[in-house]
Amino acid sequence: MNGKIDNDLLETIAGFHGVPAGAYNLRKNGEGAGRQSTENIEITTKTDNPGIDIHVAPFTKNESVHIPVIITETGINDMVYNDFYIGEGADVLIVAGCGIHNSGGSKTEHDGIHRFFLGKNSHVKYVEKHYGEGEGTGERVLNPTTVVEQEEGSFCEMEMVQIKGVDSTVRETTVNLAAGAKLAVTERLLTHGKQTARSNIDVYLNGEDSSAQIISRSVAQDESEQVFYPRAVGNNKCRAHVQCDSIIMDNSKIRSIPEISANNSEAQIIHEAAIGRINNEQLIKLQTFGMSEAEAEQVIIKGFLK
Amino acid sequence: MLEVKNLSFDVASNGGTLEIIDDVSFTLDDGKFLVITGPNGGGKSTIARLIMGIEKPTAGQIIYNGKDITALSVTEHAKLGIGYAFQHPPRFKGMTVRSLLSLAYGSDLAEDKCCEYLTNVGLCSMEYLNREVDASLSGGELKRVEIATLMARKLGLAIFDEPEAGIDLWSFKMLVETFKQMSQDKHDSVILISHQERIMQLADEIIVIAQGKIRSSGSKEEILPQLLGEFDDVCGFKGKGAKEE
Repeated sequence: MNGKIDNDLLETIAGFHGVPAGAYNLRKNGEGAGRQSTENIEITTKTDNPGIDIHVAPFTKNESVHIPVIITETGINDMVYNDFYIGEGADVLIVAGCGIHNSGGSKTEHDGIHRFFLGKNSHVKYVEKHYGEGEGTGERVLNPTTVVEQEEGSFCEMEMVQIKGVDSTVRETTVNLAAGAKLAVTERLLTHGKQTARSNIDVYLNGEDSSAQIISRSVAQDESEQVFYPRAVGNNKCRAHVQCDSIIMDNSKIRSIPEISANNSEAQIIHEAAIGRINNEQLIKLQTFGMSEAEAEQVIIKGFLK
Repeated sequence: MLEVKNLSFDVASNGGTLEIIDDVSFTLDDGKFLVITGPNGGGKSTIARLIMGIEKPTAGQIIYNGKDITALSVTEHAKLGIGYAFQHPPRFKGMTVRSLLSLAYGSDLAEDKCCEYLTNVGLCSMEYLNREVDASLSGGELKRVEIATLMARKLGLAIFDEPEAGIDLWSFKMLVETFKQMSQDKHDSVILISHQERIMQLADEIIVIAQGKIRSSGSKEEILPQLLGEFDDVCGFKGKGAKEE
């Protein structure tokens, strides 16, 4: 890994320059570009598909895995399968993400298929950032698929962020929760220009006392279009809360379809959804601090997507 | 010094015009504490919003420190050192109390300063610093954060629009102390819209606004006994501030 473009992309999606501490796997332009396993976290190449298996030993604590992907060539279509096996009682941070710098005229696409198997009482914090840039006319496309299987008492926190630069994205997320398992998803999205983004999240609360919280916040600017379809299905005594909140600007379009369904009389599931412009009083309030209207708008969006 | 000259503000209503503010003039010297009071719907908040530049008058002039600011934007009013605490402050999803205070201050505000301002408005600072200014705050909490944002600014003229609304009795006592301190320590001018006698007691001057006009104005000593007398006549009992017999 070298060069300013590589480092800037890595900084944006994974928060580091060069090589991270702990276990990591770097992928550039469809090929492996560096890897490190640790005593407790083993990364191996898949034999059937492109991609890697990540095994986290039981009771591993306070370790991290970084698996960023960067694409700097135009016309690349990269599809990768990554499977994470998290041992019982382990507690780890996983930082994924994809940065595309497309300076050419052809489409560049990365489709990451991530599967997580969380052992009993394990805790995973998963952070995924998507970002696109480049002066070329070629489209930047990211289609992530995430499947999470949570065993009893496990806790999965997922932060999925896509701020600008990605022309088209379809995100599919499916989570199955066993007894006492807990899921917290926060999704942040900003689209502009003619970008389109769709996010489907299906959460199945199968075990007793499982719980899920899905919070989605988005801003659509210019001519961009967004669709959110989070779905919580309660198959046992469980609790779930789905919240979709969007700021709509310019000529953008947003569809928000939170769905809740209960197949058990002890399931408690709530959804909230709102789409609206930036409130005029908010803009005026910040202008009374001496900001211009444009500055006030930026501050409101930044806070909202924080 | 603030000079309000022949200020009028009309809005279109049912094919005609409705006068919200009708030829209001007054002057506020530096360092003075003015309370504007009067019945609901009389135009008090509109005057405040006109002075802040949020609304533009149909006629008249607003002169601040010798400069005609009538046509200037809200941002320009703010840059000249005028601040306004809203009667109904907006909420901000995702913004913490600390970041709102920092935005008011103009740069990152030190934790101890944030705490000082929050304590002054009766909020336990450590509990509130990282709270979001969203629907999780009660109306009274939001009003107090709003007052704190003005304390964080360096102002020549601070305007508070019914700061006591929605605030419980204990916090109200603290708030009165805060305003009292403000009127003693600072050289800024303060305009405070209020219905509360204990706040009027802090005033140097009082203006009574009704139906868009100034009904009476003068020093606290002149106006307050009149107001309390009116109240006594209507309600048949004495206000606390009325002369003891």
